[in-house]
Amino acid sequence: MPERVGVYICHCGSNIAGKIDIEKLAGFAEKLDNVALVRDYKFMCSDPGQNLIQSDLEAGLIDRVVVASCSPLMHENTFRKVCERSGVNPYLFTMTNIREQCSWVHIDEASSTEKAMDLLAASVRRAVYLEPLEKREVAINPRTLVIGGGIAGIQAALDLAEAGKEVVLVEREPSIGGHMAKFDKTFPTLDCAACILTPRMVQIGQHANIHLMSYAEVEEINGYVGNFNIKVRQKARYVDADLCNGCGMCWEKCPGTRVPRKGNVHEKLSLGPTSSIYMPFMQAIPAIPVIDRESCLYFQKGKCRICEQVCERNAINYDMEDSFEEFEVGNIIIATGFQPFDPSVIKRYGYGTLPNVLTSVEFEIMNCASGSTGGKILKADGTEPKSIGIVHCVGSRDKHYHEYCSRVCCMYALKFAHLIKEKTDAEVYNFYIDLRCFGKGYEEFYDRLLGEDVRFIRGKVGEISRWVAEEDEKDQLIVRVEDTLVGAVRRIPLDMVVLCTALEKQDGLDRVAKMCSVSVGKDGFIIEKHPKLGPVSTATDGVFIVGVAQSPKDIPDTVAQASAASSAVLSMITREKIEIEAATAEIIEEKCSGCRICNNLCPYLAINFDEEKKVSIINEALCKGCGTCVAACPSNAITAKHFNDKQIFAEIEGLLSAR
Amino acid sequence: MKLKVGIYWGAACGGCDVAILDTHEKLLDIAAKMDIYLWPIALDFKYDDVKKMEDGYLDAAIYSGAIRNSENEEIAILLRKKSKVMIALGACAHLGGIPGLANFYTRDEMLKRIYIDSESTINEEGVIPLESWNVKEGELDLPRFYNTVKTLDQVVDVEYYIPGCPPVPLQIYSALSLIWDDMLPPVGSVIGAGDKALCESCPRVKEEKTISEFKRIQQVLPDPEKCFLEQGLVCLGAATRSGCGARCIKSGVPCRGCYGPLDDVPDLGIKMLSAIASVLEPKEEKEIDDVLDTIVDPLRTFHRFSMPASILRRKKE
Repeated sequence: MPERVGVYICHCGSNIAGKIDIEKLAGFAEKLDNVALVRDYKFMCSDPGQNLIQSDLEAGLIDRVVVASCSPLMHENTFRKVCERSGVNPYLFTMTNIREQCSWVHIDEASSTEKAMDLLAASVRRAVYLEPLEKREVAINPRTLVIGGGIAGIQAALDLAEAGKEVVLVEREPSIGGHMAKFDKTFPTLDCAACILTPRMVQIGQHANIHLMSYAEVEEINGYVGNFNIKVRQKARYVDADLCNGCGMCWEKCPGTRVPRKGNVHEKLSLGPTSSIYMPFMQAIPAIPVIDRESCLYFQKGKCRICEQVCERNAINYDMEDSFEEFEVGNIIIATGFQPFDPSVIKRYGYGTLPNVLTSVEFEIMNCASGSTGGKILKADGTEPKSIGIVHCVGSRDKHYHEYCSRVCCMYALKFAHLIKEKTDAEVYNFYIDLRCFGKGYEEFYDRLLGEDVRFIRGKVGEISRWVAEEDEKDQLIVRVEDTLVGAVRRIPLDMVVLCTALEKQDGLDRVAKMCSVSVGKDGFIIEKHPKLGPVSTATDGVFIVGVAQSPKDIPDTVAQASAASSAVLSMITREKIEIEAATAEIIEEKCSGCRICNNLCPYLAINFDEEKKVSIINEALCKGCGTCVAACPSNAITAKHFNDKQIFAEIEGLLSAR
Repeated sequence: MKLKVGIYWGAACGGCDVAILDTHEKLLDIAAKMDIYLWPIALDFKYDDVKKMEDGYLDAAIYSGAIRNSENEEIAILLRKKSKVMIALGACAHLGGIPGLANFYTRDEMLKRIYIDSESTINEEGVIPLESWNVKEGELDLPRFYNTVKTLDQVVDVEYYIPGCPPVPLQIYSALSLIWDDMLPPVGSVIGAGDKALCESCPRVKEEKTISEFKRIQQVLPDPEKCFLEQGLVCLGAATRSGCGARCIKSGVPCRGCYGPLDDVPDLGIKMLSAIASVLEPKEEKEIDDVLDTIVDPLRTFHRFSMPASILRRKKE
């Protein structure tokens, strides 16, 4: 018996019916080959609409379904479910988009109707060649990999661990904590960053469900949602983590200098010990030091070994080598954070050449009570500055560097202004383009600053120089800025300038993205599944993004995203199994000549080459059915299920022969 | 009983006929199994002998060459009528072959080029061949030269195809043996060739491919072990049916596609172009264009043997 196609035309209220002659379209559809019946309804997606299809299928009047309505993104799943409920394979249904492609985009009713006829004829032809496909399920490994141990990764890991799920947290640096561990205060509440962060770091270090791998990097990710294979490189610390008790004797006696001990206040800025064997900061987790090979006298000159002599636990091991650990996880959370923009490329700001021009991260370290200045704000010569300028948007909102807004600079600039006022008698100038104080309590914080005698100058700083004019300016920096509210160029001599540098994508994010088969946007951050409805998911199932890996954001938003991602992961784990795409590509072994053209094309890394059989093979669990390999295969050995040549050629013929 | 067979050449170079002769001593087996009723290149029969036959008298007609003029077409139709099975022999009958490259020009352009403009021609009066001319003995005529070269199956129904330019002699023999052994596959099949692409029988080492520049064989000394395509040499082997035994490749020349596309591939040239475009190194449009510009004469390179059988068919008129 030939295939019997049921055609269902949706009015979508007046969305479709307002621009398409439904009666004419239905009359046209009735005359098409293989069409057994045509119905139209006000809202096909409503219960009565769905019931129309279901009863026709159950009565055996039709065995193929074409719904002419909106986009597959909107309702493909709805109608597939109708088929399933009616005992018909959901892949025997296809959709014609006569809303987004016809009624919404054409002004003229006649041409809109004609186009709908063409598209419908194409779908009906295609429907005849549709084949039933089987949905498949894979089990989900309940363990999760979190990449990055900043506040984003810490929050996500704790959420999951507290829910009783295993987490592997991989951090590149010797300690977790990320940027937040370098801050003294956080805006707008002026909470002590360490006070709120360190308890969480300690929890991470102690949690039975968390396997913390610090000073380690993810090397390889293979597999697919539910079943990722991970390979991590544990970099050599030269200190045995099992033996070390963090007593600190080694860095106290170490003669090496990771951070110069001589030099001015700014050159010596540091949070942790300045020695070659060091902890990045005193609250580091794990509290195990690392030897910096570049400055270690033993590694550079072959002599010293003082740390080995002073270590009572014999924890120092100069022969330690990088090691690898391999394990499986079901989901991955990318929480790699950011790196600050390097302002030395903006020559006119003089960073790196002029004294007393600092980046915001350096200024944070200076403010940190446990840092090298003990939290004092000092000029390079060790004296207290009398005036400080804070330059906003350095590298952000700038076509030459990053067009995006880094979202946190306005607020940390205000925090800086407040801290300066609290700690010194200095005059404070904020040079801003716009003040973006959008978060909870942010505008109020700005208001408070207005009352703290802080000067706000609206304008982008043109240059920072040493072009002094008066004797009393001789140690000062000269800032030239167009004050756009006054309408004049101003020349302001200052003792110190802080550059509020942009948040940039983390170094190596591209590599992580590639390993996880997710894309990065032109700004360098990972593209989320949907900017509004899927902000922490990605196009690859089982891979989630949180914090600045997705785009610049502040701590509250980062923490919220981390919890969102861990909840998404939990929902995956709780399901235990996940349905994966049935419309995948398939290699017909008998046709594959082993030319290997398809081998490195798959964006999901689903194609491998079988060296024994000399044919390429597709891992169907990884395949998303994108069709890249299908188009490339020169011998038609690869078929896209649900979009095979027969179906596509039938669709084209339908389109061309409709009228 | 011996099979009754007619062998004919349309627009062809004669290489296919020579390939039949190149079966060497197997030719004696062929002669033992078949009686030949027409073979213009080797034996003296007249068209009228064929015209007098009853329809379906011949067991098989083996037609090499493309359809380029009215005589090619007339005999194709005649043999079809007189034969039970029609076999297209060689790339020209199968896909259009080298004569099919004429589809990049019109008939008038070609006649002008050949009889008037070519460097070795002096033809001040601009004389070109006419289809008929009256002399005192009566009217003389020549076949009409068509505007478009066609494949055999674009003119008559064809049961089987033996591909190649020319087909490998032994493959011709084994294809013919299918007839007398009565083991012919379903109608429409390509016989005397493989089912996979040539890469399968290519001795070179194949790896993942990324191409950043195309070169021509005369510009480089290719690595004898490595896949041609990976060295930036356009090789159509990945899209071409095996069966030739990788003759060209073993002689150090990339595949030019004479064995034609695989089953269910409507257009070898476009398929190969799509494959090559997929493995280019650059990702930016401008750089992609720069790499593609290094392919000399892409259309004729990718459709060297298959222009009339391609989706494109011919240059727009």
